Amino acid sequence: MFKIIEKKFLSENVARLVIEAPYIAKSRRAGHFIILRIDKNGERIPLTISDADVEKGTISLIVQRVGVSSHKLCAMNAGDFILDVVGPLGKATHISNVGTVLCAGGGVGVAPLFPIVQAMKLAGNRVITIIAARNKDLVILENEMAEYSDELIVMTDDGSKGTKGLVTQGMEEVILREKVNEAIVIGPAIMMKFAALTTKKYDIPTMASLNTIMVDGTGMCGACRVSVGGKTEFVCVDGPEFDAHKVNFDEMLSRLGAYKDKESENYSEYVKSCEATSLN
Amino acid sequence: MEEELNEEYYKNERKTEWRDKLRKEIKAKERTDISRIKMPEADPNVRNKSNLEVNKGLTLEMALAESHRCLDCAVPTCIVGCPVGTNIPKFIKYLEAGDVLGAAEVLKENNSLPAICGRVCPQEIQCEAQCFYVKKLSKEGAAIGHLERFVADYAREHGPTTIPALAEPNGIKMAVIGSGPAGLTVAGELAKFGYDVTVFEALHDLGGVLKYGIPEFRLPKSIVDYEINTIKNMGVKFITNFIVGKTATIDDLKEEGFVAFFIASGAGLPNFMNIPGENYSGIQSANEFLTRVNLMGGADANFDTPVHTGKNVVVVGGGNTAMDSVRTAKRMGAERAIIMYRRSMEEMPARGEEIKHAIEEGIEFINLASPIEYFADERGKVNKMRVQKMELGEPDASGRRRPVVIEGSEYDIDVDSVVIAVGVSPNPIVQQSMPELEITKWNTIKVDGNMMTSIPGLFAGGDIVRGGATVILAMGDGRKAASGMHAYVQADVFAKI
Repeated sequence: MFKIIEKKFLSENVARLVIEAPYIAKSRRAGHFIILRIDKNGERIPLTISDADVEKGTISLIVQRVGVSSHKLCAMNAGDFILDVVGPLGKATHISNVGTVLCAGGGVGVAPLFPIVQAMKLAGNRVITIIAARNKDLVILENEMAEYSDELIVMTDDGSKGTKGLVTQGMEEVILREKVNEAIVIGPAIMMKFAALTTKKYDIPTMASLNTIMVDGTGMCGACRVSVGGKTEFVCVDGPEFDAHKVNFDEMLSRLGAYKDKESENYSEYVKSCEATSLN
Repeated sequence: MEEELNEEYYKNERKTEWRDKLRKEIKAKERTDISRIKMPEADPNVRNKSNLEVNKGLTLEMALAESHRCLDCAVPTCIVGCPVGTNIPKFIKYLEAGDVLGAAEVLKENNSLPAICGRVCPQEIQCEAQCFYVKKLSKEGAAIGHLERFVADYAREHGPTTIPALAEPNGIKMAVIGSGPAGLTVAGELAKFGYDVTVFEALHDLGGVLKYGIPEFRLPKSIVDYEINTIKNMGVKFITNFIVGKTATIDDLKEEGFVAFFIASGAGLPNFMNIPGENYSGIQSANEFLTRVNLMGGADANFDTPVHTGKNVVVVGGGNTAMDSVRTAKRMGAERAIIMYRRSMEEMPARGEEIKHAIEEGIEFINLASPIEYFADERGKVNKMRVQKMELGEPDASGRRRPVVIEGSEYDIDVDSVVIAVGVSPNPIVQQSMPELEITKWNTIKVDGNMMTSIPGLFAGGDIVRGGATVILAMGDGRKAASGMHAYVQADVFAKI
């Protein structure tokens, strides 16, 4: 059992949970993720560790409401317990001083990007961060990112905050303006696909952190497999970060939709059950 | 096979008065005239729609009748066939004498998981293959597996909950990594020596492959839990959600006072065939399919985890895992649940019993065929597979006839989902965290005769050493490793005095 110490909504559908997990807090590095199971009937879902406090023995997770499990998780509060949390999983981000690093996060992908921005800055890089969202209400971690970035660019699709436009436009502006040695992109698969195409044009080495479907997270099942440079890799043990120019994002997108029908069926059942409970 | 037969010991036991008397009660000729008992089975057309255990178990009368067949041989070759060296004639004769609980005690001497072994061991190629009936009489061997299961089940249902005798606690901390059959065996054995044992499990539930892999209809989870509880009652501590090499390293655990380690992290990395279209959704490894159903409750609407099935499910492979997968797909409502295997029925590595059960349950077999490509609908979900026919050529290194492609024989099959059950590779996590650990070219961990790795104090066994093997071989490793760890720690302790 893992206790929730703190819970806060960062936007309407995105919550931050601080969870007591001392071993994980101590072992985790930027890029690592965990798998959790809310209760005995729950599924195992992977979530990136967005921050940790070794002294307090806590880790922070940022979760967006999309399906049944994420809704249940967002409905939990400080003092509640999550049945299972295991990690840290995956390989940590390779952090070194390369010069200028462009970090681009889309939507809730900004959460896993934060520890990387932090580590890249501490390693002595010039860090330019772009955080992109559909509108101003969905922009998260602005202050945290600003603290560790030499420059922070906020972009929204509708222009309600920062610059109006897509993340790729912001990236291109930076690349045309100054020398970028490395890029890191994290966000929805479709965003990473186009972000990778953008940096490829300018031959900038780019890493993407993939958020595929997983069951065990230890290499056992292969649910998370992706094609990278024509070779099948497991995101859980070989990743989650890969050379973004080699990832087959179209295949990843279709695999992410593998359970869509069942998920939406489960979700409408869940919504019905919530409505039934609130009527009583 | 692994343990040398200590003939003197068995001879002396055999000479005890009661066994002598029991042997003489029925003439050998009469014993050999009795035909082997048939395991009662659930109706194939009922069980293939439910999770009912297929083998229903013997009744007391049946078990007693079968016990009479055992000749209590002067040289009990059956024991040589058992990877954990179970004293087979002794337990069968206790049973024949009517002391079922006594028989259970005998099983527990060498085997902490008899109810499991009685169900999933391939006795037909181990103890029963070495039976006098098979070797000398060309008859069916004594039904040792069925009797083992009967005795273990009877003791669980009727006997007191007992634990084996334990040495005085010595306070020395031992770590076991993985709670599958190898890990559970080591934990039980080390507890008997008096050690303070902690088992670290990566998943949220205990039992490893016994839980996520083997389906309920072949090994009920309640039986696995019962056996694990016995080990808990022996003082062994279990920590779930803990990945050694990730959550904490072996060095971290050394700092917490652990002096020796047993790595039994299993063969948890599924092999794929690397053919076009294999990453379409709806194509999954047997590990994924079985884990979603067995561990996550994927077939039960009350659980959140989804799983792919459909009307037409093809399982690629011919081993026990393939049989478990295809029979699970059938139970989840597949109209056509098909095994596709590249050799013929005779070369199939699955147990004869599993193949027989599968055929009875309406599983289709497409032998001498192998997939070469998959096709998908506009959403990337598999809907068709292209298959190539094979014929058998010369024997290969394994002694089985090599499948050879028949050119121009390709044809297509409509599928809703595909399960790939073509073997597993060792889990890489522990090795990745310890680059100095010596591994083989197959990524298995190298061990010596005592199951110690290249790092002193670090032992390993089961599938992480063998690649994909059986429950009982993993347990055999566990027994050997426990002795090795005991000797290592004792030598270490004495060296410090």
